[in-house]
Amino acid sequence: MQKIIKITILFIFLFVIGIFYISLTRDTNYNTSSLTNKEAPEFKIISFDNSNFFTRDDIKKNNYTLINFWASWCAPCKIEHPILMKLSQTKNLVILGINFKDKEPQAKTFLSELGNPYDLLAKDKNGKQSVRFGVYGIPESILINKDLMIIQKFVGPLSFEDYNNIIKIIE
Amino acid sequence: MKLNFFLLLFIFFSKFSFAVEKTVDPNLIHKNLRCLVCQGQSISDSNSDFAQTIKLVVKDLIDEGKTEDEIYEFMSDKYGDWIVFKPRFNTQNSLLWILPYIALIFGGFFIFSFLKKRQ
Repeated sequence: MQKIIKITILFIFLFVIGIFYISLTRDTNYNTSSLTNKEAPEFKIISFDNSNFFTRDDIKKNNYTLINFWASWCAPCKIEHPILMKLSQTKNLVILGINFKDKEPQAKTFLSELGNPYDLLAKDKNGKQSVRFGVYGIPESILINKDLMIIQKFVGPLSFEDYNNIIKIIE
Repeated sequence: MKLNFFLLLFIFFSKFSFAVEKTVDPNLIHKNLRCLVCQGQSISDSNSDFAQTIKLVVKDLIDEGKTEDEIYEFMSDKYGDWIVFKPRFNTQNSLLWILPYIALIFGGFFIFSFLKKRQ
């Protein structure tokens, strides 16, 4: 009986140590890996000029589509803007810009001052469409291929490393 | 007469089931969803932009007739299991759910055998 008690206590001790070790070494930062290699969600989003709607059919037409969530009030969006401008010059990639919870005049000024990298421009006034894409802050970008598979999700402003990564994928 | 009785029963139960469907409480759902941009707050506690948007989406999903579990599933699908305070039962979380029961059984057995030995 004494032996069983000792073994049980040792087992519990090792188990607790194991749980602590796993918990302390685990990466608790928000990770988008679970969201990639999934099919893009169904969506219907109104164009910036209210003339039509964009759906998944518009993504199917292109080899690669980069959906970029942005706003004029978002400072990091200004940081990533030159990269988007560079990406807009590449072939094989269509950029769908989704103006997120923004005011139209400010958004227009933003694009006229910094340039318009977007092939397609839509707006998400109340942010509800962004939830479909798992967006929780902007800027965020999602690279989708012709088969509607999410290849990569970029949380935060796009960096030059991200730019090179995108170029590698689409070429 | 019988027909009327069955008709009444049908109306009663159809109304009852309709009432059950309508009892999805948005506040309860908000309490069980984590605000991803806040420090340890639920969607219910937070006034952040993200929380406001999630509240709107939850309202829409309820209006669409989605159940509480379907709403949690939708959110987990979009933001991962981290968004729900109560994790779903799946292969990854199975230990988390089963372990307390195992501990209870083993603990009970341990106490029982200890007391028996003392007697």
